[in-house]
This record gives sequence, C-alpha cells and structure tokens, in this order.
Amino acid sequence: MSPEIGHYALVLGLALALFQSVVPIWGSRKGDATLMATAPSVALGQFVFVTLAFAVLTHAYLVSDFSVENVYLNSHSSKPLIYKISGVWGNHEGSMLLWVVILTLFSALVALFGRNLPLSLKANVLAVQGWITVAFLVFILKTSNPFARLAPAPFEGRDLNPLLQDVGLAIHPPLLYLGYVGFSMSFAFAVAALIDGKIDAAWARWVRPWTLVAWIFLTAGISMGSYWAYYELGWGGWWFWDPVENASLMPWLAGTALLHSAIVMEKREALKVWTVLLAILTFSLSLLGTFLVRSGVLTSVHAFAVDPERGVFILAILVAFIGGSLALYAWRAPLLKQGGLFAPVSREGALVFNNLFLTASCAAVFVGTLYPLALETLTGAKISVGPPFFNWTFGPLMVPLVIAMTFGPLVAWKRGDLLAVAQRLTVALVVGIAAIAVTYAVTTGGPVLAPLFVGLAAFIIVGAMVDIAERTQLFRAPASVSFARARGLPRAAWGTAVAHAGVGVMLLGIVGETAYKQETIVQMRPGDSVQVAGYDLTLQALVPVQGPNYRDLVARLQVREGGVPVGMMEPAKRLYTARNMPTTEAALKTRGVSQLYVSPGDATADGSIAMRFFYKPMVLLIWIGTLVMMLGGLLSLSDRRLRVGAPKPSARRAAAVQAAE
Amino acid sequence: MTTIGTPAPASRGMTRKQRRLTLIGLALGVLGLAAGLVLYSLSGSITLFQSPTDVVEKNLQPGTRMRLGGLVEGGSVRRGENMEVAFAITDGRTTIPVAYRGILPDLFREGQGVVTEGVLGPDRSFRADSVLARHDENYMPKEVADSLKRQGHWKPGDPAPNPNAPARQR
Repeated sequence: MSPEIGHYALVLGLALALFQSVVPIWGSRKGDATLMATAPSVALGQFVFVTLAFAVLTHAYLVSDFSVENVYLNSHSSKPLIYKISGVWGNHEGSMLLWVVILTLFSALVALFGRNLPLSLKANVLAVQGWITVAFLVFILKTSNPFARLAPAPFEGRDLNPLLQDVGLAIHPPLLYLGYVGFSMSFAFAVAALIDGKIDAAWARWVRPWTLVAWIFLTAGISMGSYWAYYELGWGGWWFWDPVENASLMPWLAGTALLHSAIVMEKREALKVWTVLLAILTFSLSLLGTFLVRSGVLTSVHAFAVDPERGVFILAILVAFIGGSLALYAWRAPLLKQGGLFAPVSREGALVFNNLFLTASCAAVFVGTLYPLALETLTGAKISVGPPFFNWTFGPLMVPLVIAMTFGPLVAWKRGDLLAVAQRLTVALVVGIAAIAVTYAVTTGGPVLAPLFVGLAAFIIVGAMVDIAERTQLFRAPASVSFARARGLPRAAWGTAVAHAGVGVMLLGIVGETAYKQETIVQMRPGDSVQVAGYDLTLQALVPVQGPNYRDLVARLQVREGGVPVGMMEPAKRLYTARNMPTTEAALKTRGVSQLYVSPGDATADGSIAMRFFYKPMVLLIWIGTLVMMLGGLLSLSDRRLRVGAPKPSARRAAAVQAAE
Repeated sequence: MTTIGTPAPASRGMTRKQRRLTLIGLALGVLGLAAGLVLYSLSGSITLFQSPTDVVEKNLQPGTRMRLGGLVEGGSVRRGENMEVAFAITDGRTTIPVAYRGILPDLFREGQGVVTEGVLGPDRSFRADSVLARHDENYMPKEVADSLKRQGHWKPGDPAPNPNAPARQR
C-alpha cells in the first residue's frame, strides 16, 4: 500500500469532520431532523478513513518501508514483529494519529449505540466530537505528517528507542489514550447539554458509562506506565511525581470525581452544574496532559526529543477548547435547572466530600506541576518541585478522602446517620486497630506512621466487605437469603465495594514498598555474595549474550533463601547496536506479593560490576490494587440499568420530583 | 458548585440557607487546607537550577542545594574505588568539578547534557546525590539548552551536541 493513500485518507477524514462539526448542530438549531440525522453516518465514515490511514502506516512499519521518514526514524528491519507494530505509536506522529483514531472510534460508538439518545443531543454531541477531530487532524496534517517521504530511501532504519521496545510500553499508550480521549465523550455531552440549555438524569445515565469506560482505561494506562517505569528504567521506583506522570494523574483525579458526582446527578438530580463543570475540566486536563507530554515545556525524566512549534499548536487547541467551553459554561450554566435537596450528612453529602477532596488534590498536583513553568515565564528563575511537595500536599488530602470513602456507601441518601454507620463499621475498625498492633509488633524500624497506614488499608478493605455484608444481611439472615440478596444486588453496588477495596489493597502496597523496602549498592566480582532481606545472592558469572538487535552482558545471580536455592536472577547491561544506546535490564524475582529487584551498573575494566539490590515488600499489591479497582469499574459498567438505556426523560423527571418531595 | 436549589420544607432540621452555608463552609475549609499545604510544602521542596556560570557570577555560597546542569566536559570522567565518579560540568565558559557516588544513568556520556542535584561544596566543587537520566539520546534538558544558548554554544535548531545525531531530523 502506498503511504500516499494514508495521507489522502486523512484529508478525506478532515473533510468529513468539517461537515460533522457544522451541519448536525445547524440542524439542531433549526430543528431540521434531516440535517441532524447526517451525523452518525458521517462519524462512521470518519472512523473508516482515519483507521485506514492508521492501517497504511502500520503496513509501512510491517514491511519496513524506509522511504517513509517516520518508519526510517523509528524502525529497523531486524526489530521483532510486536515492536514493529508498537513502533507505530512509539513516536510523536504515530501516537497523535492513534489519538485521533481513538477519538473517531468513540464518535463511531455514539453513532452506533446512541439509538435511544434524543436526536438533537446526539447531533450536538457528534458535532462537538467533530470540532475536536478537526483540530487534531489539522494538527497532524500541518505539523506532524506521519506519511512524509524520504528520497532516496535509506537502506536501514534507525530503530525504535530501546526503552520503548518493551511489551509494557507497547500497550501503555493505547490504554492511556483510550482513557484521555474517552473523556472527550463526557466533554461532548457536557457542551451539548450547555448548547441545548437543558440537562436531566437521562443525561447522567448516558455520561456515566462513557466516563466509566474512560476511567477504567486511564487507570489501566497509568498502572501499566508505572509498572513499566518500575522494571524498565532500573531505578526501582514506581512513581516519581514527574510532570509527565502528573499529566495523567490529573485527569484521573478529576475523572474519578466526575464518576461520583454523576451518580448524584443520576439518582437525585442534584449537582448538575457542578457535574457539567467537572466533565469540562476532566477533558481539559486530558488536553493539558497531551500538551505537556507533546510540547516538552516541562523538564521531565520521561521526556523525549520534541519540537517546540508543535507545542504552540497544541497550546492553541488547548486555549480554544478550554477557553471556549468555560465561556460557554459561564454563559449557559445558569439556565440549567437546580434539583435535589439533601442534608450534609447523607450519601450525596459524602459524594460532595469526595468531590471536594479529589478536586483539591488535583489542584495541588496542578500547582506543583505548573508552578515551575509559571515562575520561569514570570521571573526567569528555573526551579524544580520535588517529590516532597507532592507527598506533603497530596498525602494529607488523600487520608480524609479514603476514610470518608469507607463511610460513604453505608450512608443513606438524603439524610444519613453517621453514628449508625460507625456502629456498622465496628468490625472494620477492630480489624484496622489489630492490623496496627500486629504491624508494630512484627516490624522493626520503618517510619512511625507506617503501621497506622497499614491499619487504614485494612479498615478500607474490611469496610468494603462490611458494605456488601450489610446489603446482603450476611450472618443476620439465613445463608440462602443472603445468597439470594447477593445475586439480586445491583452490579453497581458490587462495583463500588470492589473498587473501594482496590484502593485499600493499593495503599497496602504503597506503605509496604515505601516504608519497609531495603536497598544496597555493592561492587561485585564473579564469586561474590551479598545479603538482602534474608536472601543470599551470589554472582556466578558475567556472560555476553547476542540478541536480535542488541548485545547483552548478563550477570548470573543465584538466589538462596536460608541456604536453599530458590532460582536465578539475570539482570543485564544491554547495548542496542543500531543506535549504540545502552540500557539497563533489571531482574525481578517475585516472592508472594513481594519482589527482589536487581539492577546492574557499569562493568569496570578490572572485571567487577556495580549492582543495586532492592527488597520490595508487598510491592505487587500496588498494581494488583489498580487491577481490583478496574474490576470494580467493569462490574459497575455491567450494571443492568446502564445497559437497558435511559428511560424517557419526562417520566424520569416526574418520578424524581415525586421522590424529592 | 452550589447544590441546593428547590425550596426546602424548613421543618427537617436545617433550613435551606443553613445547609448551603454548611456546604460552602466545608468547601472553603478543604480549599484552605489544600492551599495551606501547598504553600507550606512549596517553601521546602523547591530547588533552583543553576549553570556553572551562575555559580560564579551569583557567588553562590557553599552548602547551597541546587540543580547544576551543563555539558559533561570531554575527558573529565574518572572512576574511582567504591563507585566514586568524578566529572566536570561546563557551559563553555565556566567549569565545575562534580563528585558522585553510585550508578550513573545509561545515557550519561562525555560531551552530553546532564542535570545533577546536590550541594555546593567549598572551593566551588559540587557533591551530587542524583544524576538525572533521560529516555532519549537526542533529548537535551531544557534548562541546559537555555544556559548553553546564553553562552552562545548552542543554537536552537541544532541537534543536541551528539556525535551520533541523525543526518536529518525534523
């Protein structure tokens, strides 16, 4: 396939996107059903063309067509197949193309599955999606054409950055983008609601599954990226509070708040104006994240070479969309009718509490990430804001949040009784205190606060179980009754409990890794041994190994626990020959949910090698916790009420008004 | 972000106004807490970036914690016992010797840009406790690029000073 076909398909996609951003919304303003009805087919057409362009680029990678500059710069004929494919989005141009593919995919999903959406809402939503598509397609065609050709075609490619030749990073960008771009749906729904000047529970019922899908993917993407940084970079850290990481955390925090406020809106028709604002902010932060990563304005340990002119373009997109949507919000939001009344102590109140703390912590991360940029622009001083800042702002804001998270699901709607809830949580409290006591007794050293956090994690996990036990009347009713109730429980209730338990599991992993890890660096020769956390590691030999597109110097280490061999660890210093670029391949040995971690340094002329050893207790719980959270999200997504679609708005409103009386 | 709209029957405990005030109070409290934490932490966890010339011109005192960045001077890297490494950071005008103990990042090379964090010692030597790594051999830390530009050693648009730089880079 000729690369020009891909280029042409992108231009056709842009033409359709221009149509989609004007005609349907014009139809909805004029009340013309024919014009509105054009949106779905145009959205599908766009998806087809943009996907075709993506397929053409992928094909060029697969056949190593080095006449395409993008392939030449990022691929190599000896590269394994999976990295030829992942190389497509392992670079700026390709990853922006993937961004747009996902954007049009979401538009196509609305077109296909939005049959029971009101016609004008659907037309407006697709039009807003069209605006975003136009902006990014123009960006690609103008500044980042992935199909640019080289003449004469080079004989061999320059290979993909070796750090990106990794399974974790092959799937990290698509997951992250599905999350980032998924929030464009809630954004489009919010803007569409503002244009129409009306919003109701049916709207929330539509927005929630999209937000949930985006949230699940973003959680997966962040988690994957964190695990990649942990094992591939060889520093043994899993979160660095780096601008690029923060860029993905901010939309996650805002998106989590949005998920929760949408519940209040759906069930109680309250928090409408706030939910719309959150939807706008969440996608704005996604755009900001794209800008921060793609423009290189911030110094990041994860930074790759970037082109500043592109940054200006993305900044323009950013200003247009954020500024435009906030202006629209200021103008139209007062039209939205207020609803639902509740007491401060109530389920709604708990969710408001959640929203306050999530947005406050998001704001704190925002300040820490952008303060250096603002200061440099204003005064020229170059500063960096270190991890202590984030630990001291983000940490204290998270503690009340996770405590409230345990109480929230047990509080009744409208008016709750905090004391009754506390009584029902007695079991969780007892387990938490027991966990603190046990941790104090068992561990030596470590920060004084660490056992308290272990207790908090136990409280959260058991609290989530109490939630389910209460709903099923476990131990109070006969087992058969409890079982029947458990089956009849809405999946969303299961989802809440599971996702909240996931937070506890993750917290446990974070405390274990942060407070009780052990670390040592030693210079070793073959035959030397080192002791780490009860394990003996012996360096047997340093062996050169030839890989497909790299050379390894492998350090063979035998691991013994109490004198008994439990296996080998083989970290390596790797040299990618095409780029002459060295990387460190850390070795991991999993023991339960804990890990031994070995990262080699440079071998010296006298035959010795520096080695860095970590023992990371419970470290795997960090990522297992995020998996549990995602499982909770999936359970909630499978809830019947989200599948059967929204009831007629008028009937729903009447019911809600009745319920509110 | 107001949440209460329809008139309430005032019979149930709080009035509508009281509920709204409670909520606003809570919101302000959380914002205040966040702002307080931000201000408190910002004062303690900021490090300034300095170029070697800054160190001399601003006459920075020993004991100053900072980020020092520039190019690793060619031929300056010496490896000693026990993972001690000595090298020099230069911006073309001024050169500062740096001592570091530990494992250097993979892409640490002579003639390339580097950012280190640590404490300025007596007689203008620098003790680094971390050397920042990068993911990409063409990537030049922005602060280093700016400071080299000021000294006239690097023009925007040039590839980073790297012998393996590609012939054509968009």
